[in-house]
Amino acid sequence: MTYLAKPKLLRADTPRNALGYTRRDYEGAISTLCAGCGHDSISASIVQACFDLDIEPHKVAKLSGIGCSSKTPDYFLGNSHGFNSVHGRMPSVLTGAALANRNLLYLGVSGDGDSASIGIGQFAHAMRRGVNMTYIVENNGVYGLTKGQFSATADKGSKNKKGVVNADSPIDLAALALQLGATYVARSFSGDKEQLVPLIKGALHHRGPAFIDVISPCVTFNNHAGSTKSYDYVREHNAAVNRLDVILPKAQIEASYPPGSLRRVVQHDGSLLHLRKLGVDYDPSDRIGAMNYLQERQALGEIVTGLLYVDSSGEDMHAHLNTVDKPLNLLGDAYLCPGSGALAALNASLR
Amino acid sequence: MNTRQAIRSTNDFVIKFANINGSGSASANELFARAIMRMGVTVSPRNIFPSNIQGMPTWYEMRVSGEGWLARRGGCDMMVAMNPQTWDRDVAELAPGGYLVYDSTKMLPRSKFRDDITVIGIPLTEMCNRDYTDVRQRQLVRNIMYVGALVALLDIDLADTERLVAEQYRGKDKLIDANVRALRLGHDYARKHFSCPLGLRVERADAVGDRIFIDGNSACGLGAVYGGATVAGWYPITPSTSVVEAFGSYCRKFRTDPDSGQARYAIAQAEDELAAIGMVIGAGWNGARAFTATSGPGISLMQEFLGLAYFAEIPAVIYDVQRGGPSTGMPTRTQQSDLLACAYASHGDTRHVLLFPEDPYECFTLGAQAFDLAERLQTPVFVMLDLDIGMNERLCRPFDWDDSRRYDRGKVLTHADLEAGKEFGRYLDVDGDGIPYRTIPGTHPTKGAYFTRGTTRNPYAKYSEAGTDYVYNMERLRRKFDTAKTLVPAPVLTKASAPTRIGAICYGSTNPAMAEAIALLEDDGIHVDTLRVRAFPFSDEVMDFIAAHDHVFVVEQNESAQLRTMLINEGEITPKKLVRVLHYDGTPITARFIAGRIADELVALKVSTLEPHANPLRKVAP
Repeated sequence: MTYLAKPKLLRADTPRNALGYTRRDYEGAISTLCAGCGHDSISASIVQACFDLDIEPHKVAKLSGIGCSSKTPDYFLGNSHGFNSVHGRMPSVLTGAALANRNLLYLGVSGDGDSASIGIGQFAHAMRRGVNMTYIVENNGVYGLTKGQFSATADKGSKNKKGVVNADSPIDLAALALQLGATYVARSFSGDKEQLVPLIKGALHHRGPAFIDVISPCVTFNNHAGSTKSYDYVREHNAAVNRLDVILPKAQIEASYPPGSLRRVVQHDGSLLHLRKLGVDYDPSDRIGAMNYLQERQALGEIVTGLLYVDSSGEDMHAHLNTVDKPLNLLGDAYLCPGSGALAALNASLR
Repeated sequence: MNTRQAIRSTNDFVIKFANINGSGSASANELFARAIMRMGVTVSPRNIFPSNIQGMPTWYEMRVSGEGWLARRGGCDMMVAMNPQTWDRDVAELAPGGYLVYDSTKMLPRSKFRDDITVIGIPLTEMCNRDYTDVRQRQLVRNIMYVGALVALLDIDLADTERLVAEQYRGKDKLIDANVRALRLGHDYARKHFSCPLGLRVERADAVGDRIFIDGNSACGLGAVYGGATVAGWYPITPSTSVVEAFGSYCRKFRTDPDSGQARYAIAQAEDELAAIGMVIGAGWNGARAFTATSGPGISLMQEFLGLAYFAEIPAVIYDVQRGGPSTGMPTRTQQSDLLACAYASHGDTRHVLLFPEDPYECFTLGAQAFDLAERLQTPVFVMLDLDIGMNERLCRPFDWDDSRRYDRGKVLTHADLEAGKEFGRYLDVDGDGIPYRTIPGTHPTKGAYFTRGTTRNPYAKYSEAGTDYVYNMERLRRKFDTAKTLVPAPVLTKASAPTRIGAICYGSTNPAMAEAIALLEDDGIHVDTLRVRAFPFSDEVMDFIAAHDHVFVVEQNESAQLRTMLINEGEITPKKLVRVLHYDGTPITARFIAGRIADELVALKVSTLEPHANPLRKVAP
């Protein structure tokens, strides 16, 4: 962890975004995680994505559960409200918050213990319900705060620091999200910000449940030989299916790509996803194909990354519930209370 | 009927219907209750039902009381025995001199009856088969047919009853015709074959007034609408399910935007009670009024989240419709046994606000007030009803609402407050009442954001494990709970007709039986002041009441005297002073039980404050 606060001085040429904010305006408190922790790279990627997208920091609500990953919302977007809830239950808190105010961006941050072990039920049901959110799992395969026990995403055969081999089958959260109805599913690696930042941007501009599984090595408990979640292992086995560029409606520029190498997806708000193919002919609009591809490649020992699936026509929970456009938390007494007149008629019907 | 005189009583008897669940008897029985109420006579019906969908025994027990008592009385003067499975016990339950109404289509041996009762056989099935061709309809009209017979036997107004049928099936003329015909068939058969009315009869009175007839769960759902709830997260569980169903149906009526047809509310059926309360907490944190409805097992599952809401200070409303515990317990029976689980829910040092409605009227008023309290105090508030008032229709005051009333949204800093430079410390006690200020996410671009957590923090919401910060926070929470004392509804005192040193405390659904018990005791010269507690924390009046009496009976519907424990604990009361009166077999408590226990205890305690000629056992002994 870093003990030294960064100086507050800003240089005149410090880059500012369209809202006039610097990157520092999107940072949070100083991280208390271990030096080199993958999670800090993810926090930095979130900061970068929000800065690049000109998001007003207070229009984001960041929620988490319990664990190393769930501590991170304190370390980015200091001008956003944050909620560090209980272990494995962030999805329900986020769901309630999203119901109360449909106009904020909801960013859920969780870990593999938090989402795949204790919280797998809530993870699954939030995906099913179509909650409009970006849900990032910082996946390192171990419990850090309790010193290195396997989590439910640890691969079968992976070794812990003491050499014990994990005998249990792993849960692939990206595969589950695909099956359960997430409409934007990606996997990335904390060591590859070039890949990760655009994936976060695309998710923030997506309507409906957007899930990103980010392999994020634990430098203290899971970065040794024999681990399948170490920096070296992930780099060696990373098999990206595409590279994403997110282009906002206000700044749409036509870049030139070799013919046949690009797939374009227009999202509900007009943002454009440019997916550059990487070798394989991968179709991210084919959900069943994506599920098959993940299974096949996983059997070969590959870690498939990139934007695995996107459906930009999806509706969110508010559409399912047909709620009013105005956030429910802003409705005043007059819109909520039927008043004494309605009671008179009701009383008459109860005699 | 030869060994004993038939019971004779006007407007004062208990009639019980033994049915099979899923056979459509509920609406016929309810129609019967309403027919008596239309004659201005007080009734209080109770469903006694199994945890089952179809085929198991169910009873509808109804007390008719000219004096207006609404509690369960106990005993049975007339049995409408429609369930062969329970025939023997139903016949045995009848009081000597009682009346047995049954379907005489199939001959029963003489041994299946009793000599000391009046037997009224009506060939219901035969009549249905003769007059109706549709098989399902035969079963349904059979129920209406026995109602028709009872209308004749008990001297109920047939025209009133027919109007009720028309109201019930408004717009479905075919059903009205079929049901009215069945009603008349039953009525005419009884008139022709029996001497009507019987010794039991209903006489027109003026005891109902403008009261309404509704169940407490529906009233809670309506209270949530009037209280401004916009988000409900819930998981189905008996006996609370109909709270959210009622909320949904009142919302469709009152909260659908007239122009867009869109909903000014959101109801999410969660995957379990943990997620249900999680949603409520997320919505409450984000500035919406939110609630859940559950019962004991759900309360158990919500414990961790309730601790978070307490410690992170997030408004939430929980309607707990209590049933028999522990564990799955008696899912379709009533109890008041979740007090401790709610009052001190979750690990660590926690205390929660509880409200105790006595009837559907208070389910509505306290159900709405709970949202003001939750936002003012920034904490979970429990509305503690039970199956007896939740799932049974009860006569109560008509609902009212003061249109000048505005929701109390509590201490929330607005954009303007923050812009004006108001200091913001999320957990800072600015006003000395223990209640801090909060901000709603999205309020201001650069001011007022904070990080909510269940861990210890300093007054500015920064993570801290410093003992001083922890103690500051806990002391402030204690002060906040003291403030709650002054905000919750005050207890209701009923003085005896003469000065007395004997007191009794009750709460919630016990109140109608308590009031009747006091009247029984007064008849015997025993005077008891009563205090109906309506909330926890206990206001000072509660402790003053205990101090003003030598012996205080605490009447509860649980086994471990939970309110008594809380009174002793919170008020530092000498335990001996509080005498337990506990009823917990799953049936609603009766006046006979309370008065009998109090009279017995007074004898045991050798209380000398009785009037000289009092005989505690004369009237109240079973």
